[in-house]
Amino acid sequence: MHLARVIGSVVATDKDERLVGVKLLVIQPINSRGEDKGSPIVAADSIGAGYGETIFYARSREGAMPLPQPNACVDAGIIGIIDSIHVPITDEGG
Amino acid sequence: MILARVIGNVVATQKNPHLSGKKLMLIQPIDLKGNPAGSELLAVDAVGSGIGDLVIAIAEGRSARQVIKAEDPNTPVDTVIAGVVDEVITTQGSLYLFDTMQGR
Repeated sequence: MHLARVIGSVVATDKDERLVGVKLLVIQPINSRGEDKGSPIVAADSIGAGYGETIFYARSREGAMPLPQPNACVDAGIIGIIDSIHVPITDEGG
Repeated sequence: MILARVIGNVVATQKNPHLSGKKLMLIQPIDLKGNPAGSELLAVDAVGSGIGDLVIAIAEGRSARQVIKAEDPNTPVDTVIAGVVDEVITTQGSLYLFDTMQGR
C-alpha cells in the first residue's frame, strides 16, 4: 500500500456503469515526511476520506476490492485514513 | 520479493475492515548495500518485525493475501512483511542488520 494526501474530488456523470455510486477523489502520493512523490491520481473512496486527510491506498486489483463491485474497473482505491505516522529512523530514502 | 528496512509504523483506526487488527509498518526498499532504493511502502506485518529490522517484503496482492492467511479473497492488501532477515550474502558482499542502520 502507499501513502497519499486527498487534494480534491472528481465528478463524472458519463462513466462506466460499474463506477456508478463510487466516490472518486484526487490524491497526491506522498512519503512519510509528507513530501509529494510523483503525480496526483484519481482513486475510488469507500472509507469516507475528506479533503486534506492523509490516507493509504492500494493499486491495481486490490484498489477495487473494497468497492460494492470488487471487479469494478478501478486501479487505485483508498483503504484507510492515517491517524499518525511514527518514523524514528530518519532516512533520506522514500 | 524485495529487501527492505522497517523505518516506522502507522496507526489508522478508520480503515477497510479486513485490515483491522493488522499491524501496519512503513518499509523502505533497499539495495544490496543497504541504501534506499525506490519509494516507501506500507506493509502488513505478518511476522512480528520491528522498526529497524531488515525484512523480506512481498509487494504483490495474491501472494500477500496468502502470507496473512486472508479468508476473504477481497482483502485489499498488496504488500506484506513475510520475513525478518538476519543476513544477506551475495557476490557483492554481506549485508547485516547492523549495516543497514549505518547503511550509507
